[in-house]
Amino acid sequence: MGEVYVITSGKGGVGKTTTTANIGAALAMEGKKVVLMDADIGLRNLDVVLGLENRIVYDIVDVVEGTCRLKQALVRDKRFEGLYLLPAAQTRDKDAISPKQMQDLCKELKELYDYILIDCPAGIEQGFKNAIVGANKAIIVTIPEVSAVRDADRIIGLLASHGMPYPDLLINRLRIDMVKRGDMMNVEDTIDILGIDLIGVVPDDENIVVSTNRGEPAVANSNSLAGKAYRNVAKRVMGEEVPLLDLGAGNTFVGRLKRLFGIAGN
Amino acid sequence: MFDFFRFFGKEESKSKNIAKERLKLVLIHDRANVSPMFLDTIKEDMIKVISSYIEFDADEMDVRITKVQDGENDYTSTLVANIPIKRMKKIGKNDR
Repeated sequence: MGEVYVITSGKGGVGKTTTTANIGAALAMEGKKVVLMDADIGLRNLDVVLGLENRIVYDIVDVVEGTCRLKQALVRDKRFEGLYLLPAAQTRDKDAISPKQMQDLCKELKELYDYILIDCPAGIEQGFKNAIVGANKAIIVTIPEVSAVRDADRIIGLLASHGMPYPDLLINRLRIDMVKRGDMMNVEDTIDILGIDLIGVVPDDENIVVSTNRGEPAVANSNSLAGKAYRNVAKRVMGEEVPLLDLGAGNTFVGRLKRLFGIAGN
Repeated sequence: MFDFFRFFGKEESKSKNIAKERLKLVLIHDRANVSPMFLDTIKEDMIKVISSYIEFDADEMDVRITKVQDGENDYTSTLVANIPIKRMKKIGKNDR
């Protein structure tokens, strides 16, 4: 029986889609069978981030409306054995799928795959509600800025009221140079405010833009620090204990991060 | 507002500390989970009760949840109602 994760944030543009693509590809590299579901109906993007935009025949709305079978809509990623994309519909709106249909779809998918990662749309309206209804776990993506952290806090509250009280936090686009200057909230500050468990810290990395340009997830690039961070997140999703990357912020800083993350055996 | 002057010290003026402090304050309000509708409901009920005693302009009335500093770093959510009074009603005389 697979696990259904929703990748959400409230605020747009913090890296939900990139995170979904990279964790998914990394899980596939670990030998898992993974479906990445784009729940952003009308504004689909997971397909281009993955570089699979030219291979779409059917989409998620076709599946729930019975126009095609589930397996016909799944786009197999030839570069990552075991990775599949279930694309969003581009010309429909959020109401094209009901929460019940979403729940049934997730139930069917987790019978067949190890991990289902749902790329949630920004906002807290119907699209968000649909994206979380079939999930049993949540990863909240945020960046260390006031607007994103505030929205993340709101999402934490909404998830709790929908029966998901323990989401994990992924801090994206951390800039170590700014953290060192005291001009960006660090990992500790962010956890202190949001009060949920950390599943990973992804540094700001130009490689992400380059790999998105090419439609190749950064986890496949061994030179990308963000790619490495995402590979670690995938291992943590699988239940492995992996220390946080040393992002060069000094030993005490990393030491504290590790303690916060419950590693380093203090 | 004046709370922020505390941060003009050396360590505390770093922008990340300002961000953190501002976030903490705004989240107190957010987490109080007050929708405008909820406040409107309270406001309407208050109008019903108070208008038997006081003459006031309901449009001028302001009901909100705000944070009140209580100790160095502690804040409490507080319901504050500002109701400018036009006239006190002479309850004794008007009574039947």
